[in-house]
Amino acid sequence: MSSAREIAADVRSGVRSARDVLDEHFDAITSREADIHAFNVVLAEEARAAAAAVDAAVARGDDPGPLAGVPIALKDNMCTRGIATTCSSRILDGWRPPYDATVVERVRAAGAVVVGKTNLDEFAMGSSTENSAFGPTHNPHDITRVPGGSSGGSAAAVAAGFAPLSLGSDTGGSIRQPAALCGVVGVKPTYGVVSRYGLVAFASSLDQIGPFASNVEDAALLLEVIGGHDPLDSTSIPQPAPALLAGLDEGVSGLRVGIVDEMTEIDGIEPAVRDAVRAAASALEAAGAKVDSVSVPSATYGISAYYLIAPAEASSNLARYDGVRYGLRVDALDVAHMNAQTRESGFGREVKRRIMLGTYALSAGYYDAYYGQAQRVRTLILRDFERVYEQFDVLIAATSPTVAFELGAKTADPWAMYLCDVCTVPANLSGHPAMSVPFGAGAFGLPIGVQVLAPALGEAVMFRVARAIEAAAGRTRS
Amino acid sequence: MAERITRADVEHVAQLARLALTDAEIDSLTAELGVILDHAAQVSALDTRDVPPTAHPLPLVNVLRADEPRAGLPRDEVLAAAPVAEEHRFRVPRILGEAP
Repeated sequence: MSSAREIAADVRSGVRSARDVLDEHFDAITSREADIHAFNVVLAEEARAAAAAVDAAVARGDDPGPLAGVPIALKDNMCTRGIATTCSSRILDGWRPPYDATVVERVRAAGAVVVGKTNLDEFAMGSSTENSAFGPTHNPHDITRVPGGSSGGSAAAVAAGFAPLSLGSDTGGSIRQPAALCGVVGVKPTYGVVSRYGLVAFASSLDQIGPFASNVEDAALLLEVIGGHDPLDSTSIPQPAPALLAGLDEGVSGLRVGIVDEMTEIDGIEPAVRDAVRAAASALEAAGAKVDSVSVPSATYGISAYYLIAPAEASSNLARYDGVRYGLRVDALDVAHMNAQTRESGFGREVKRRIMLGTYALSAGYYDAYYGQAQRVRTLILRDFERVYEQFDVLIAATSPTVAFELGAKTADPWAMYLCDVCTVPANLSGHPAMSVPFGAGAFGLPIGVQVLAPALGEAVMFRVARAIEAAAGRTRS
Repeated sequence: MAERITRADVEHVAQLARLALTDAEIDSLTAELGVILDHAAQVSALDTRDVPPTAHPLPLVNVLRADEPRAGLPRDEVLAAAPVAEEHRFRVPRILGEAP
């Protein structure tokens, strides 16, 4: 399959039609989607119309944009006007949003062709895409294993060649971890770089939309398209999208790279994953970077703080699903019972668990010990990273402590599932950018991802380092 | 740190969260939330005296838009998404506790 950059260049210059590109990807979907279940819905008709519009623009001599004719898959928690947006939950049954998310408008305006909405853990709560009301997504590298989550459908769609690009959302690792497990590139930008308008809210102070791609350059291309200020999101940073492609190949010579102990040398990490991080560090050193180990002590407490803060925010955000304005309603004699019965029927196990956890952490008598303390720990994590970034330009770490695990392996033990996010949540709590790049393979040849982290708005240097790691991975393979 | 969560706590929180949990769900959540909270309570190991809370990773400033009228979402389209709508309004069952 061609890269997004190649497709866009070919379509813009008339070498290939968007229609042909789309048909190739539909062929891939037809042959493997039944085994993988990346999509909640494939939008065949809409995609054909969009591709035809791109081809018509090229025929007229117009430029359809930097993503001309590039198929893209959208995580099904991003609003699409008139097209069902489910969050893989029963509670949004039948809902068709009356507006498009800002990112959806931006990718369409850039000429991309939306091919479908991808499966996720219900309301993005999970690390395996098994918590979907519509059944799990399977890892394209081994369909007996999970793709990671919560953006497992978007990661699997790119890994399976269903689309060269997709969008996910990352609240505690939901882009980076599935990217690692599916062997693709996944990026969580700085909080506020990409508009959240039209992203169904999970934990608003942590949620961030970002790209999946099969290579670093395509991920940069997509982030340049979706990034930049949006007046419809009050937490959007008032700056243009980061410029990434221009400096992508500037190399890493002289850069100071820190390997984070607390996100690499940890209990339960598979030796192959730890070795991959070390090997990536050596490759950066060989390319001229200065590499050293570094400690971010409070990162150890990230997972505990995260599993108080994120459920607390979720319990508040998900209060809106009350059976009144959209989605499911289960009738009852009075409104309070209608609310409670609707929510009981509409939400799955993990969503109920998080709502309960968050409501408890916010309730009278417990607020300060749990939520308040977690917010103060968040400050310590932010301070630790800011201190470390005075000495280092970027950090590297594991993305996921393990390669893709088997379906069902962690569903009976919620805390074991939560620990999948141990290396990824610190960057959500700090708001800093982080991305996962495929590097090497572990048990059964399953892909490993190495995480690259940077200070706030440090996307350009983060992508340069990711590019160098990608180049080294290519050399190792060949 | 607080004592371990009880079945009665779970029932109370379910009411706060407007979830009509089944007995079986209350049982399993009592056990699961206990385990999760034991782990989450590790945050209490850190000394946070004099540390202010962070609610948000960005320095917060008020964001005001220009005070200009603009169209909202189309009313009929929004109401069409409601489970029950009547006379341009969302219809709900009775709110007060009087007899039906």
